[in-house]
This record gives sequence, structure tokens and C-alpha cells, in this order.
Amino acid sequence: MSGITPIVMPKWGLSMKEGTVTSWLVEEGTEISVGMPILEVETDKIANAVEAPDPGLLRRRVADEGELLPVKALLGVLAGDDVSDAEIYAYIASYVMPVIDEEGEDAGPAYLFIEVDGIRVRYARKGAAEGTPVLFIHGYGGDLDNWLFNIDAVGEKNPVIALDLPGHGQSDIKLPGASITALAGFISKFMDAIAVERAHLVGHSMGAAIATQLSLDAPKRVASLTLIGSAGFGSDINSGYTDGFASASSRRELKPILELLFADPSLVSRQLVDDVLKYKRLDGVSELLSELGSALFGGGKQSEQPGLKLGSTADRPVLVIWGRDDQIISVEHASNAPSGAIVEIFDGAGHMAQMERANDVNRLIIRHVGG
Amino acid sequence: MARKISMKQAVNEALDQAMKADPTVICLGEDIVGGTGGQGEMDAWGGVLGVTKGLYGKYGDRVIDAPLSESAYIGAAIGAAACGMRPVAELMFIDFMGVCFDQIFNQAAKFRYMFGGKAETPVVIRAMVGAGFRAAAQHSQMLTPLFTHIPGLKVVCPSNAYDTKGLLLQSIRDNDPVIFCEHKNLYAHECEVPEGPYTIPFGEASISRDGKHCTIVTYGLMVHRSLEAAAKLAKEGIEVEIVDLRTLSPLDMDTVLDSVTKTGRLVCVDEASPRCNIATDISAQVAMHAFGALKAQIEMVAPPHVPVPFSPTLEDLYIPSADQIANAVRKTMKGAK
Repeated sequence: MSGITPIVMPKWGLSMKEGTVTSWLVEEGTEISVGMPILEVETDKIANAVEAPDPGLLRRRVADEGELLPVKALLGVLAGDDVSDAEIYAYIASYVMPVIDEEGEDAGPAYLFIEVDGIRVRYARKGAAEGTPVLFIHGYGGDLDNWLFNIDAVGEKNPVIALDLPGHGQSDIKLPGASITALAGFISKFMDAIAVERAHLVGHSMGAAIATQLSLDAPKRVASLTLIGSAGFGSDINSGYTDGFASASSRRELKPILELLFADPSLVSRQLVDDVLKYKRLDGVSELLSELGSALFGGGKQSEQPGLKLGSTADRPVLVIWGRDDQIISVEHASNAPSGAIVEIFDGAGHMAQMERANDVNRLIIRHVGG
Repeated sequence: MARKISMKQAVNEALDQAMKADPTVICLGEDIVGGTGGQGEMDAWGGVLGVTKGLYGKYGDRVIDAPLSESAYIGAAIGAAACGMRPVAELMFIDFMGVCFDQIFNQAAKFRYMFGGKAETPVVIRAMVGAGFRAAAQHSQMLTPLFTHIPGLKVVCPSNAYDTKGLLLQSIRDNDPVIFCEHKNLYAHECEVPEGPYTIPFGEASISRDGKHCTIVTYGLMVHRSLEAAAKLAKEGIEVEIVDLRTLSPLDMDTVLDSVTKTGRLVCVDEASPRCNIATDISAQVAMHAFGALKAQIEMVAPPHVPVPFSPTLEDLYIPSADQIANAVRKTMKGAK
């Protein structure tokens, strides 16, 4: 069956088990190039396009629009016109449809826990076995699921690690200190604890400032920086978001706040709001977020700007990514990137460019880390 | 971190974490300590279904076995609450509330009002509710509407372990009397629950399923029957939105009205007897406040107006089924599209 490429239900994030095919974007018989969006898939968290892994003709749409299918289910078939219809039929007939595993994940636990400096941290370690790992650091109020579209894609070439920062996600509700510097020091200890000497750091928002700070404090540990909607490149920040996120206590209050994160507010699903509320309702989280928020961005001003201290990019390549419609930290801050940095600005993306333009961001990261 | 635990474990964990954090939290109830010191499994049985198992060993005399006199120990719990404690009284079956109505309705519910806001009564009364346990007419009722009728009481009836833990912790921290209704047929139901303490505010319904054609408003065990019905209806192309009220007093009418405004159709599902129940209340309020949004008549699904039968066959017929719920939704959809 050479020359046949299956298009399968992607796995976006560690918790995704199934997705719904919302619409096909191309007709059968269309010539497909690599990276071309083929169909839209929706999960309980977010919707996104599935792109072609290989070039070829879209020979068959296997999944119907509206169908709910498990991860790795066959959605369609790509092949050249030299492959006969009979071979295509045989391929589809023999494809083993996966079943949803309700108890646990396919290979080992999805999440790991480790105690660092008296704080229990949740993290995930996946991807390639060899190579310099890529470490993902989320932003204020986020968790490792902010990287749900990125971990698996980047993991094809490099080992990938993503953590919940202290006081975030399912890590302990404690801070090593309410500053970028303290959090950067914590990342360094976390890398010690999991025996990672050096990593490519990919940070989002506050996490990008933490990554930058670590590269200043411990340059040898940082192979490269990828900074998405980064804090630390200027003073202004939307306090309506940071204060609102810390104080919102109901679905009704939180939804409009979360909508500020995206260029397309319809991406904020009910499930996303519920998940954030579940985190915010844990004892101690509101107080911790208020403490951290007022220390880092009180009064709409960022207190630490490590990005402005980045001098030469010679030992540590820097990739700066921004959504043009970022409503939290203005895209204008991208102009403060150090000379020599690669700067990519995406239309149709807000603060969460790694979600809204996941496929493009993944390609940039993979190229940047040179996996 | 979160792991899967049952609703029964969620109650136990909430009590444990509340007692650990606050020395004024005490538990009282019939057999909640059980035969501590007895032989084998009789040792610390922990309530009629083992919900409070293990608490006596940790908290000793803060877990009190009450005599078989509900009026006495519910009254004691309410009095202790008025004097600064945060008692959690277990009344076993809600059906037994009748003998302590005066303590609950006339005393606990009224203190804040009658003492000009100077008195607070932070008591929680936990009780099992609902049919399907083969326990006959006196141990199977869904008496939630009796309590929503009384101003001054808060009434909670969760449908899953996550909500149970968060709402019970909220109930214990709340400064007013709370009637906390635990559906006995959901005790074994499991879902992901964070290990640490957390609270869910009163008066916020949750959406158990998103849909655009018809809204089902319900609570407790009926959430699960409604989800079953919704799965069947999805195959017919009918997308049902399910609102799980979680707390019946206060009531989140905003979420109900938003949903009905979106779908234009309403089915109220209630395990309580059909006259003057939660379903009739919701129906009346929607008819009053969102009549213009309705594309079809409101449907209600509730048991017949009879005591819960002891015969298993009849009991199964008594409890509203997924098929009945699906049929009610189909009725609202007649002529649509």
C-alpha cells in the first residue's frame, strides 16, 4: 500500500480522546500540498483545522461532517493518482479504528509529578527520545494545556516537556516568590530535578518573560528562546484582563475576560470557561493570583522587563511571535525584540497565537529549535 | 491534582477537609460513628451507608453518635450553630425530616431575620434523597420542594462527585442553614475531583451538555437520565442543552432563561412529586419571564402523584426514565424544522 497517506483524528492535548468533524474544507480529488488545511475538527475545548501531513490527491473523505470520532480514527485518505481505487478501498477496509480508552492513556501516565523546592509540580514529558528538549512555559493563570496544539507536533522531532507553574494548573498552590526572577529560578531547579541540563525554552506571555529571565541568569541552560505574546518587552499590559482574571468568580464574569485572549472570541467554549473556573475555585488560588498579578502587573504596568535586557542573540537564537490582535500585551512590543531576533506577527491571532495559529507556530518552533 | 473518586468519597473528603481546617466543625448523626470498637467491619461503620467512615478515628469526639431522636439532635445542631459552631448533622433519610420541622422551619430558617441580622445559623443538614433503592415509601422521597418553599433555607442537590465536594465545603462555610441532599443512587458515581479543598458558589447552575434545540432543566439523578435521553435524541438530530441546577435555593434563573432564550424550548425534569415541585416552579418562571422566546409549550417530566412503591417493578416505572424525557423533548420539537 505504498503511496497512501491516512489523515487521522489529531490528538490536541493530553486530555483529548475524541473530536467532531465540523466541516471538510476541500473536495475529493483536490491536489493537496503539505500544510494545507483539509478539514475542521472541534473538541470540547477548541476548534482547529487539520492539515495535510504529505502532498497528494484527497482521494476519499472517510469521516462525515458532524461525526464524533476517537483520536487516530481515519478521517480521509491522500494518495497519488497512480494508486488504484481498489487499493484505496482495501486500505480503508483494513484500517483498524481505534476505540476510546476511558481508563488511562494509551502509553503510560499522561502527567507526572515531582517535588521541587517543597512545591509539587505537574508536568508532561513526551516526544522524541533523543535531542535537546523543548520546555514549554505557560503564562499567568494558564496551565500546560495551553500547549495542547503544540506539544505533539513539536514532539515529533524533539523531546518535549511542559509544566504547570507553581500555583497554576494542578501544581501546588504556592509560589517560590511573586517575581519573574523567582519563577525563573524555580524553572532552573525544576530542570535540575528532572535532569535536564539545557533546553530550548518556549514561553507564552508571563512564561516568556520567565524564559527570558532564565536565559539572562543561566545562559548555558538555554539553547534558544521562543517568546509568544511575551511579557517583559515593555511596560504596558491590559489590567482589565489581569485584574479581571484574578477576580472573576462566575462563568458570567469570566467568559468576557477569557474572550480577550483570542482574536476570535467564539473559540472560548463553555468547557474552557468551566475548566478555568475549576482551577480558580481551588482554595488559595484567587489570593495567589492577586498576589502574583499585583506584583508583576499592578496598575497595568509590568514591573520586570527582562526582554529589554536581551543583548546579542549570538549564543541564543531568539524567535518572537505575536498575534496582531493581541488585546493583552500590544503587538507594538515586538519592536523591542533584540536585533538579530526573528520576529513573526500573525494576522487573525490574539494573545493565544500558539492556539489560534497553532500550525504556523509549530512550524516556526520546529525550524527555530532545528530538530 | 485530580483523580476519580465516588460521590460518597467526595462527601467524606469534604467533611474531613472541613474538620481539619476548622475546629468548630463537628458532625452529629445516627450511627455516624457506628460500632467503633466493635468486631471486624462493625468497627466504625460510619453511618448507614458508610459515608462518615474514618472520621471518628481522626476527630474523636467531634464526631457524635446521636440518639434515635431527630428532633433532639437536629435541634442541638441548630442551637450549636447559633452559638458559634459549624455543625454538620446527618439525618440519614430526608423522609425523617418531619419530626424536626419546627427546629428547621421555625427556628433555623428564621433566626437571621427575627434577630435583626444579629444571629447566624451556620448549620448543614445532610440527608439522603431519592428513589430506586428498594427502600419503600418512607425512605425514598425527593422532598427538595418542601425546603425550597421556606425562605431562610438554602437547598443543595448535586449530581456528581465534583459538585458534591465543592458544594458541601461551601455549605459548611456558609453562614446560613443548608439542607444538603445526597441522592443515594449516585453515591457510587465517580468523576474527577481535585484533592485539595475548593468551593462552588451557591446559585450557579452548570451546563452538563450544550445544545441548541431544547433545554432540559433538572438536578440530581435526573441529570444522568437526561444525559441518556440527550444521547438518544442526538442520533435523531435533536441537540439538547442540559442545565443542572445544583442548588435549588438560591436558584440560578439567569442560566435557565439564557438557555431557553437560545433554544426556545423547555422540558423540566424532576424526581420530586409533580405538584408544586422544582419543575413547576421553573416552568412558571420561564412562562412569566421568557414567554416570547418559547416556540413550543413547556413539558414536564415527573413521577406520578403517589408514594414511592415498594414493588421493584412499580418503583422502576415510578422514576422518570430516559425514554419519558426523550419523548417530552420530541413533543416540544413537533412541527419544528
